[in-house]
Amino acid sequence: MENSKQNLCNEIVRRSGVNPRKCMKCGKCSGTCPAYDEMEYHPHQFVYMVETGDIEPLLNSKSIYRCLTCFACVDRCPRGVEPAKLVEAVRLAVVREQGKNHLKADDIPELLDEELPQQAIVSALRKYSK
Amino acid sequence: MQRIGVFVCWCGSNIAGTVDVAKVAEALKSEPGVVLSTNYQYMCSQAGQEMIKEAVKEHKLTGLVICSCSPRMHEATFRKTAAAAGINPYMVEIANIREQCSWIHKDMEEGTEKAIVLGRTAIAKVNLNAPLTPGESPVTKRALVIGGGIAGIQTALDIADAGFYVDIVEKKPTIGGKMAQLDKTFPTLDCAACILTPKMVDVAQHERIRIFSYSEVESVKGFVGNFDVTIRKKARYVKEDVCTGCGLCTEKCPQKKVPNEFNLGMDNRRAIYIPFAQAVPKVATIDADYCTMLKTGKCGVCSKVCTAKAIDYTQKDEFIEEKYGAIVAATGFNPISMDKFDEFAYSQSKDVITSLEFERLMNAAGPTAGKLLRPSDGVHPHKIVFVQCVGSRCASCAEKGKEYCSKICCMYTAKHAMLTRDKYPDTDVTVFYIDVRTPGKQFDEFYRRAVEEYGVHYIKGMVGKVSPEGNKLIVQGSDLIANKQLKIEADLVVLAAAIEPDKSARPLATMLTASMDTNDFFTEAHPKLRPVESPTAGIFLSGACQGPKDIPETVSQAGAAAAKVIGLLAKDKLTGNPCVAHSDEMMCNGCSSCEKVCPYGAITYSDKEFRGPNRTTLIRRVASVNEAICQGCGCCTVACPSGAMDLKGFASKQIMAEVDAICK
Ligand SMILES: Cc1cc2nc3c(=O)[nH]c(=O)nc-3n(C[C@H](O)[C@H](O)[C@H](O)COP(=O)(O)OP(=O)(O)OC[C@H]3O[C@@H](n4cnc5c(N)ncnc54)[C@H](O)[C@@H]3O)c2cc1C
Ligand code: SF4
Ligand code: SF4
Ligand code: SF4
Ligand code: SF4
Repeated sequence: MENSKQNLCNEIVRRSGVNPRKCMKCGKCSGTCPAYDEMEYHPHQFVYMVETGDIEPLLNSKSIYRCLTCFACVDRCPRGVEPAKLVEAVRLAVVREQGKNHLKADDIPELLDEELPQQAIVSALRKYSK
Repeated sequence: MQRIGVFVCWCGSNIAGTVDVAKVAEALKSEPGVVLSTNYQYMCSQAGQEMIKEAVKEHKLTGLVICSCSPRMHEATFRKTAAAAGINPYMVEIANIREQCSWIHKDMEEGTEKAIVLGRTAIAKVNLNAPLTPGESPVTKRALVIGGGIAGIQTALDIADAGFYVDIVEKKPTIGGKMAQLDKTFPTLDCAACILTPKMVDVAQHERIRIFSYSEVESVKGFVGNFDVTIRKKARYVKEDVCTGCGLCTEKCPQKKVPNEFNLGMDNRRAIYIPFAQAVPKVATIDADYCTMLKTGKCGVCSKVCTAKAIDYTQKDEFIEEKYGAIVAATGFNPISMDKFDEFAYSQSKDVITSLEFERLMNAAGPTAGKLLRPSDGVHPHKIVFVQCVGSRCASCAEKGKEYCSKICCMYTAKHAMLTRDKYPDTDVTVFYIDVRTPGKQFDEFYRRAVEEYGVHYIKGMVGKVSPEGNKLIVQGSDLIANKQLKIEADLVVLAAAIEPDKSARPLATMLTASMDTNDFFTEAHPKLRPVESPTAGIFLSGACQGPKDIPETVSQAGAAAAKVIGLLAKDKLTGNPCVAHSDEMMCNGCSSCEKVCPYGAITYSDKEFRGPNRTTLIRRVASVNEAICQGCGCCTVACPSGAMDLKGFASKQIMAEVDAICK
């Protein structure tokens, strides 16, 4: 169990290309994050939890769907950690498990909003049409 | 034939840990010329040096090879040992088997093999070495200090007090540097002007100090003890020796809308100005970019009001040439530009300011006469947020910030917070920090006082963004300890901007052939043991141009640099480096190739008589090297097409022998 958790953690680090050790724990990412209040775990905590291998709570947390992928944290992190990429990698780790989709592809048309940018729709379809 | 002694050093386990020293000594025994090869724990120790001396006597050695650390470390030591043992110091060669071998190899076998090759190479060279005697050069007993901040001021005073002449070149119209712009100074909170201006006056009145203000170094030639420097005295359109500093012109000049750099553009000055009341020299300067007389030929008000008749619109830049024995770089620092940090809204709101601007706002001689008022509307702020580490410790954004910690901002932010609370108890002060770094005498106590006595709120976390809303600034940041994101409505935001070396330092370093690090701070000859000397002989470092520093540290370093300069100027003669170039007149064809490449101007040509065939005389133009000027860089030896130029101690055939020994 310990081992497979560590493997998953390494996999997440590899997929994201993020080196969580670069984080100096300044909290600028969380200071900047517009989705902060929606999140149970905040960007700097994501980085810290992956660094320490405490990944289970992240996999089960709604936080991974609250990130807007706005990349504000990526832009402003003074150490080039790129927390959003880590959030995305955790999200992928969950989504790639069969049946763990947050939505079904068929549910999407109903939820579509005129205002949504094209790009978001395309990426949503890509994500859910398995 | 040489009689060579080889000494392989263990350097404790530094070398012996990855190099089999006994094996190396054994293998080198059979090299040509070697009559003794041995090993010892610490060759540089007194016992090690005695061992060398004994061996020289016993084995009648004529050359030494020491397989040890880098020659930068102990070449001088072993040359002295050789001299004491009665052989020429230039008969010593060092094989660097530490930095270039044991430290970079992990495998004993590989390390040993390489150490043997390096030893063999040095032996090949010593076989061709010849005794050399260094020449001597005189020392000009005058020092040049570049930059007139507190660093330059202190260095100049200390050198002059020791009895030597000093010139200060300061690019601004006055000396004083950043310290002149500060209000009160940590950790004791004494007023900057009260402790700085007496020193500025001391400089002005010192009989052995000259100040070239509004001046820059134009060119530097020569070498330690003998620098030839050209100084450009920029035209200030005011006769310095005539102006009394009454300041009448600065009140009457009709051109009133010139941003005042001394107050960081927060108010205006006239086109003719004296930066501040205690300026040294207290002489007016005309800003040619704004003066209507200089631009259009119409006006001349200052000239009319000046009773001393000091104004001269026709003044030109003046060039002064002077000789110096030593040069001190004291060019200081500047806060970095905040333009690229959009998230803090510095360019969007006048009420987001830098810490240096805050100093001016608190200063009695500043744009608000010392009242803390918001730049946008002149209203007293009730809620101030300070942000530390803005642009410092920023590894990802080289084009925006700096990777290093700026070292002074934790302390000055605590100072600002404390002073604000002291003067305006109705003002709430919050400081966002990543770490509070306050090592130093009475420093941490100072910071704790801000928290405990003055009730400054310190929040661990960084500000993510500042957004102007109405006449407020919404500061959004992390409170990492409460695990919250805060949104604070502030009236004023103060950014502790990272500091960087003055932009003019890089071209200056090139002129001085002094090295710099990737951040453009001057590099010291040794980070621990020679912190105030540049690796270039005769160039010394003082103050924040060498790295971020507060005033106490700057002043200590300034004194240390002065001591080094005094040590140099106290000598009457310097022994040169005998490893200089030499041209073989019989081979030289006078082509001038070497003269063109010599960076020190050491080569001259003369017409000489030579014996031609059939008892005729030929006049040929040949090169000769001034050994006192030549630095032994070797450029000319490569440029010379006829192979006439060679370097003593590093002759082409010696280098070739080394290469052969490596390839054997
Ligand atoms: C906001 C702020 C607050 C501070 N508060 C404190 C404090 O409370 N206590 C404390 O101990 N320290 C404080 N400091 C630090 C202090 O300012 C520095 O330690 C000090 O100014 C360093 O002195 P310096 O002479 O090395 O550099 P500078 O003060 O920068 O002086 C350098 C001088 O060299 C001149 N110059 C630069 N290049 C050239 C050139 N090429 N040719 C000729 N002249 C040149 C410049 O014009 C300048 O006059 C503060 C700094 C800041 C930014
Ligand atoms: S901004 Fe970067 S360095 Fe700071 S806490 Fe977030 S990830 Fe770490
Ligand atoms: S990318 Fe996600 S975690 Fe990063 S600031 Fe935007 S919403 Fe927050
Ligand atoms: S001194 Fe303090 S505020 Fe300045 S960069 Fe270092 S840690 Fe940040
Ligand atoms: S070695 Fe040659 S090029 Fe270099 S300083 Fe001497 S004379 Fe000039």
